[in-house]
Amino acid sequence: MAEIDSTTVVFGGTKKAGAFNRFDNPWLNWKFLTGAGILGLIAALVFLGYQFWDTSLALTASSPLNLPPFGLEYQKGKDTILVGVPEHPLGTENSGRDMLALIIVGTPRTIGVGVIAASVGMVVGILLGFLAGFIGGWMDDVIRLATDITITIPSLLVLIVIQSVLGSVDLVTMALLISLFSWATPTRYIRAQVLTMRESGYVQMARLSGVPVRDIMFKEIMPNLLPYLAASYIGNMTGAIISAVGLEVLGFGPQRIPSLGVAIFFSIEAAALLRNMWWWWGIPTVILAIVFIALLLINLGLDEIANPRLRKAS
Amino acid sequence: MGGISLNYLVRRLLVFFLTLWVAATLIFIIPRLAPGDPIAAMVARLTYQAGFVEDSNAIIEGWKERFGLNDPVYVQYVRYMGNLVRGDLGYAMARFPSTVSELVGRALPWTIGLVGFATLIFFTVGNLFGALLAWTKTPKLVKVMIPMSMIFTSIPPLLAGLLLLYVFGFKLRIFPQNYAYPLGAQPELTLEFILSVLYHGFLPAMAIVLVTFGYWALGMRGMMVTIEGEDYMILAQAKGLKPFYVLYRYMIRNAILPQMTALAVSIGTLVGGSVLVEVIFNYNGMGTLIFTAIREQDFNLIQGTSFILIVTSALAVLIIDLCYPLIDPRISLEGK
Repeated sequence: MAEIDSTTVVFGGTKKAGAFNRFDNPWLNWKFLTGAGILGLIAALVFLGYQFWDTSLALTASSPLNLPPFGLEYQKGKDTILVGVPEHPLGTENSGRDMLALIIVGTPRTIGVGVIAASVGMVVGILLGFLAGFIGGWMDDVIRLATDITITIPSLLVLIVIQSVLGSVDLVTMALLISLFSWATPTRYIRAQVLTMRESGYVQMARLSGVPVRDIMFKEIMPNLLPYLAASYIGNMTGAIISAVGLEVLGFGPQRIPSLGVAIFFSIEAAALLRNMWWWWGIPTVILAIVFIALLLINLGLDEIANPRLRKAS
Repeated sequence: MGGISLNYLVRRLLVFFLTLWVAATLIFIIPRLAPGDPIAAMVARLTYQAGFVEDSNAIIEGWKERFGLNDPVYVQYVRYMGNLVRGDLGYAMARFPSTVSELVGRALPWTIGLVGFATLIFFTVGNLFGALLAWTKTPKLVKVMIPMSMIFTSIPPLLAGLLLLYVFGFKLRIFPQNYAYPLGAQPELTLEFILSVLYHGFLPAMAIVLVTFGYWALGMRGMMVTIEGEDYMILAQAKGLKPFYVLYRYMIRNAILPQMTALAVSIGTLVGGSVLVEVIFNYNGMGTLIFTAIREQDFNLIQGTSFILIVTSALAVLIIDLCYPLIDPRISLEGK
């Protein structure tokens, strides 16, 4: 007994000291912080954009057509040369939308779809994952089967069938449709984690002490799963944005106030590649790419936070 | 396959057939849940295009009768399922008299080829890179280079496709800008044609590979790091085995197993991604077929194409799952 006590004291001691040593804090992970920083920067820029730029320019016919970004020239046809103007620093597109206004309006809308779909998927995933992993039995069998089937079906195809009937829908509806599928991966992941946790000492201890099942699930296990849940949430968000952009590029997005995917759809429809209007599809593409890279960095950081062995290896 | 336990086999087959059933049922239910009447909408569209259609109500009734939409829903459902089982997907309405099966039959091989080719590359490269990242004997330079090559990971293939197409198709003009083979060429088994298919398929495949292999490298690295802490690794070193032998027999052999499971799980996402890449490159596969069907508002073709792609994905998952016991002998012992 004495031995165990002394190790506990020593362990507790180092841990306490570590809390004040900022290099020991796993959450101070450079990948995690860079990714979060990029997303924060995008949020700040969007906020500033809404303050200082006329976002109604994102509507059709609000600006001159086909202007290149400021300072550049665009050869249109044989003898027309269009010159970028400071009123439209990122240029304009085929139906007279200002690109800067378009990305200010479109970026938060695109990320918003991801947030809604991932949140709904996560809540369902946590509930089902805990039910399957902790309670088990026939419930586990049913949930596992449903998860396997949902993961096997390429969600994009069912969404295409749904949307081809509904036509173009607003982004919240689109997010909810996507969340019909976004619960499966978190469920599977959380179930696996809960299964490992269930056999660990502290859970056995809590169970022997007569802690109610609900408290074991949400007060004992859940806090330990936090980094995993966060990583799963971010992964889910990436997936949801990918689905949304995919549907939008197929022409199912809201057409009046565009998001980034809708802008890419319009540019493909109007053969912007062939017409050498790179800013039209290029700017939304690059912004989406930056968002995805930021989400990946956050996810990698969270992986290292959750798994000390990965931290050591890198 | 004698080594597969019955339990495992039955479960996999159950998931496979249930997936098909769920997909088919969803595709049956969705249009019937939607507000409005598809036939009336179609006639309205005709009216809009032609200006005036005589006896439009009679047309609506006639079509309803012909498609059996006046029967009770369960009769329609049984008939629909019967048709699916026989492989009868109906006509492509916008391209009468082509049947959906005909069009799908022409497009499907291209999609399978594209996805299969891309999968082969990203799975090999990704796992190799991941193993090298975690291996202690890897040169420092390689360990720095690999993460840099993974910058595109998690970007959708569609965006990578756009960028690649712009740079290599339109600016540098090194690769073709669309189609799976030159316009006017007849698909045939000559060296020339095969080379042109590879040439046309390179960019679309790269669009998938570039954004995907990093994910596999990360997964592999995670597995390898876990394995390095295992006791049998210490034993292997103590026995004085050659490092390459340890890497292959002790580390990769073990780490590849969860990667196979992950591959089965990711097939759905992969197929979705390649559908969109095909749209970007106007590739002659299922993705482009769906895209044209969406534009022509051909419900029948959209549903048929989606269903066949879902069946193909489920089949791919089943094949991977059934191959799994062959590389992991432990599975076959389970349940015996």
